[in-house]
Amino acid sequence: MALDPLILSRIQFAFVVSFHIIFPSFTIGLAAWLATIEGMSLVTGRPVYRRVFDFWLKVFALSFAMGVVSGIVMAFQFGTNWSVLAERTGSIQGPLLGYEAFTAFLLEASFFGIMLLGRDRTPRWFYFFSCCMVALGTMASSYWILANNSWMQVPLGHKIVDGKIIPDDWKAILLGPVQLIRWPHMLLGAFLTTSMCVAATGAWHRLRNEAWEESHVMLDWGLGLAAVLIPAQILLGHVAGDLVHKYQPAKFAAIEARWHDEQPASEVLVAWPDERAGKNLYAISVPDLGSFIASGTWDSKEVGVDSFPAQDRPPVVVPFWAFRIMFGMGLAILAISWLGLVLRTLGWLEHARWFLWLTLFSFPTGFIAVLCGWFTAEVGRQPWVVYGLLRTKDAVTPSLTTPVAAASLIAYILVYALIYGFGAVYFHRLMRDGLTQKTRAAAGYDFYAERP
Amino acid sequence: MNPAEMTQAAPSLLALFWAGVIAFSIFVYVVLDGFDLGVGMLFGTTRDRDLRDEMMGAISPFWDGNETWLVVVGASLFAAFPAVYAIFLPAFYLPVLLLLIGLIFRGVAFEFRGRGGPSSIWSTGFWLGSGVVAFVQGAAVGAMILGVDVRNGQFAGGPFDWLRPLPVLTGIGLMFGYGLLGAGWLILKSPTRLRDWAYQRAPFLAIGMAVSLLLASLLTAIQAHGVMTRLVERPWAAGFFVVGLIALGGVLRGIARRRDAQPFAFTILFFLAAFGFLAAAFWPYMIPYSVTVASAAAPDKSLSFLFWGAGVVALPVVLIYSVVIHAVFRGKLQISGH
Repeated sequence: MALDPLILSRIQFAFVVSFHIIFPSFTIGLAAWLATIEGMSLVTGRPVYRRVFDFWLKVFALSFAMGVVSGIVMAFQFGTNWSVLAERTGSIQGPLLGYEAFTAFLLEASFFGIMLLGRDRTPRWFYFFSCCMVALGTMASSYWILANNSWMQVPLGHKIVDGKIIPDDWKAILLGPVQLIRWPHMLLGAFLTTSMCVAATGAWHRLRNEAWEESHVMLDWGLGLAAVLIPAQILLGHVAGDLVHKYQPAKFAAIEARWHDEQPASEVLVAWPDERAGKNLYAISVPDLGSFIASGTWDSKEVGVDSFPAQDRPPVVVPFWAFRIMFGMGLAILAISWLGLVLRTLGWLEHARWFLWLTLFSFPTGFIAVLCGWFTAEVGRQPWVVYGLLRTKDAVTPSLTTPVAAASLIAYILVYALIYGFGAVYFHRLMRDGLTQKTRAAAGYDFYAERP
Repeated sequence: MNPAEMTQAAPSLLALFWAGVIAFSIFVYVVLDGFDLGVGMLFGTTRDRDLRDEMMGAISPFWDGNETWLVVVGASLFAAFPAVYAIFLPAFYLPVLLLLIGLIFRGVAFEFRGRGGPSSIWSTGFWLGSGVVAFVQGAAVGAMILGVDVRNGQFAGGPFDWLRPLPVLTGIGLMFGYGLLGAGWLILKSPTRLRDWAYQRAPFLAIGMAVSLLLASLLTAIQAHGVMTRLVERPWAAGFFVVGLIALGGVLRGIARRRDAQPFAFTILFFLAAFGFLAAAFWPYMIPYSVTVASAAAPDKSLSFLFWGAGVVALPVVLIYSVVIHAVFRGKLQISGH
């Protein structure tokens, strides 16, 4: 594999998007969580909700800032590294990403200012309203991003004029079946990510025997929300899989590591796919189950990777493993949250230290699931950047040279290592001390705090 | 209109609308983020902790919303003129990289600086990031004046095409210009010795800006034939020079007489004059001198889809938000003496 501008640009995009997606998937859920807690505080008047809110608001502020800076980088990469993609598909992707910037980001950014600085300057109902608008804004933001990505996965409602892919039917682009499943799938992924982080934070404080009341609220809400949402998420994931089966058969075959056509098809549970030889090593498979998962019948014919021309085959190892890790994380969340419900019912939850430790260490489950879900979707789409219409290798900026592409990749890696390294330290510190001691506000905010 | 232009298709109304939105957003961005980038650079010229904290305080409620206008520009450009987006960003690959890194460091500095640890990294990142962002934005303007090498709808030049004397001069000019906006903002917002401090620096910034832009104009006259032919066709564009001179006089007079709002207001007028001059020199090109507004516009189906949601609803909301946030935090800073 030669280090050409194409591969460097792909690494750069994958690197930047992988770091970026951690933050939206956290802040979408966190915004909804904050609105919920502020609502609870408004309804019940219990001070504990206000303390929990203030704590998570600080976490939100930090993750939001990091999400914004890494997100700006994302948006510009379409132009810097993928200028042919931008030119050929810009009249579809441009408005979608434009709407993301306009409606959602602005809604978030404007009401976010009130959330952060306006507690003492606005009526309580308006403050709550702002929290809701921020939550809606993050969700709207994800709608547009997913609409764009879903269109790249399964292009609909377009026509091709003079080599340019231009919009023909916006309704089909915005409300296609793929988008209407993938968007809620992503939203639930974000909610689950946040739920597990909230529960883990509660467990951590409970283990340290401090912030008793707050940790109680976090454990209850975190595990409770996860327990309710995870079955819906597994169902949605299944439907999303059906759509991949229908619209992106090559990706489906890669996820299943199914190399040849099979009837009835077996299901490979675990294996090491050997891409060069086109077969699975150390495979454990269940006969006939593959047909059932794909079609709901026990004897359907399922296509294998080798029924596609060599230049149209996606990589197999990454989608295969990423999908299994995502699914495994979903099962782990199911097990932990439901176990938590049982322990709660029995009144043992806050005394079962082993369970609190388990909950604490389950904090990254959602993040890992979201990341692996994206790896499955994005790597599985290869070698296409817009499925069936534009190949990744044809989309890269023609004027880009290897040294420049390499320099920017190295620059991003260094900058991200510094920013996210320190970011992680600050997160850790905030999570540990944010509830139990007053941390100094970020410099500057207090200059306006005392205005009447 | 000259014959060459008459043979080209006229841009549709929608394309004109979006070109107008982009021009307007660029100007709003330049003024708003300009002052907080300027404050960022001034931040690097002192080690006085109180002054530094107050400077951060003077911009912290605003910078996020100000920077939003850059996102509006980028998003509108990609949405309405994808061909321009696809040429401009590769042509300025390295400056865009520097811009983004500058914005990252500046952005996280607000969050990270007060959290302990090596705050000097974030303070340095803050002023250095601000300076780099200002420089590359100015350099991009200079490079556009010289023209961009385009073949088959894609950038066809090298990665360092933008790094020439004129862009360097316009880059330095914009650093001074943003610095002046920043000083004007601090004069406007600060009730303390920070105001006096800013008053002392403002005349140097104004003169630095004027000198570097004067030199840049001379280089433009020598090197940039595209601009010159356009200006010969549009002699009224010289009026922008006059307005610029008047504005500069207003800035210096405001500083001399210590009228707190005047330096900031007249600096904005100066930027408006410079902006109008560039518009007169570039129109109808979006990428001088190869891509026009009409040739780069997305199909009407894209432009109208964008128009009803973003143009009619979202854009006014952004505007109202910008006004509201500045109204909520209007007036001088309150120093709480912590």
